Amino acid sequence: MNETLTEFTPWASLAGGVLIGLSAVMVMAVFGRIAGISGITNGVIGSVLPMGPVPKDRDWRIFFLLGLIAAPIVILVAGGTVSQTAPDNPVRMLLAGLLVGFGTAIGSGCTSGHGVCGLARLSPRSLLAVLTFMATGFATVFIMRHVLGVG
Amino acid sequence: MRSFMGFLSGLLFGLGLVVSGMSNPAKVLNFLDLAGSWDPSLAFVMGGAMVTTFIGYRLSWRRSAPALATSFDIPNSRLIDRPLIAGAALFGIGWGIGGFCPGPAWTALPLMATGTLIFVPAMLIGLWLGVRAKAQGLFASEGAMR
Repeated sequence: MNETLTEFTPWASLAGGVLIGLSAVMVMAVFGRIAGISGITNGVIGSVLPMGPVPKDRDWRIFFLLGLIAAPIVILVAGGTVSQTAPDNPVRMLLAGLLVGFGTAIGSGCTSGHGVCGLARLSPRSLLAVLTFMATGFATVFIMRHVLGVG
Repeated sequence: MRSFMGFLSGLLFGLGLVVSGMSNPAKVLNFLDLAGSWDPSLAFVMGGAMVTTFIGYRLSWRRSAPALATSFDIPNSRLIDRPLIAGAALFGIGWGIGGFCPGPAWTALPLMATGTLIFVPAMLIGLWLGVRAKAQGLFASEGAMR
């Protein structure tokens, strides 16, 4: 896949960021929890696959994931557009998925849990996690695109 | 009520991901490509989300308890350990390879792109393996799993 150029969208991105923040605040105000998607996913799949104790408040997490999945459908039904260009090399996406799942489980969080919620709580652990995954993310794309020449 | 509020907060999060462009891997990969087709948009997503959450959390914590739960359950570990750093490093590599982190991957699922249909099951397997590996102490030291 060649790299797809994307337009710089500061206002849409800022507005989307505010919506994400409002969702995180809602999860805290209503359920008293951190809106970390890897943790929420863990809580849900823990009920299907054996992976230790299942959280008591699993109910809202299942519906949270359903809401996440419903979002683009709602936008499309409302007549909006959803731009989407995902890499389609199966080996690449398999490797990416395994690393994202494994890494967020080991590191107890992802872009939402450590990134949005952790930084908003001024957690030093989360700050370090964010700096680490940003650094390896930047390095990985540099190596892929500018050393190996893969989109 | 809990189900409805859970769904609503997930929907809000997903709408934010689509509106901001974060659910599009092409935009994420361009954000991470400082030396090439750099698209700084995602810094605005993070900024907007963080400032909103910073203010909203403090307003929420003024109440003695959350609306539909008995207490606030906030991770209080301050431990900087090997699992935290190793996990974040591996996650960043996967993020750079595929352009997806967990939230956007779920939101992109109904669009049924080939790459997404491979990524999501792989992510679930990875999560499961990671939880098992951590339970076995593969990355040593007493990391606090929330």
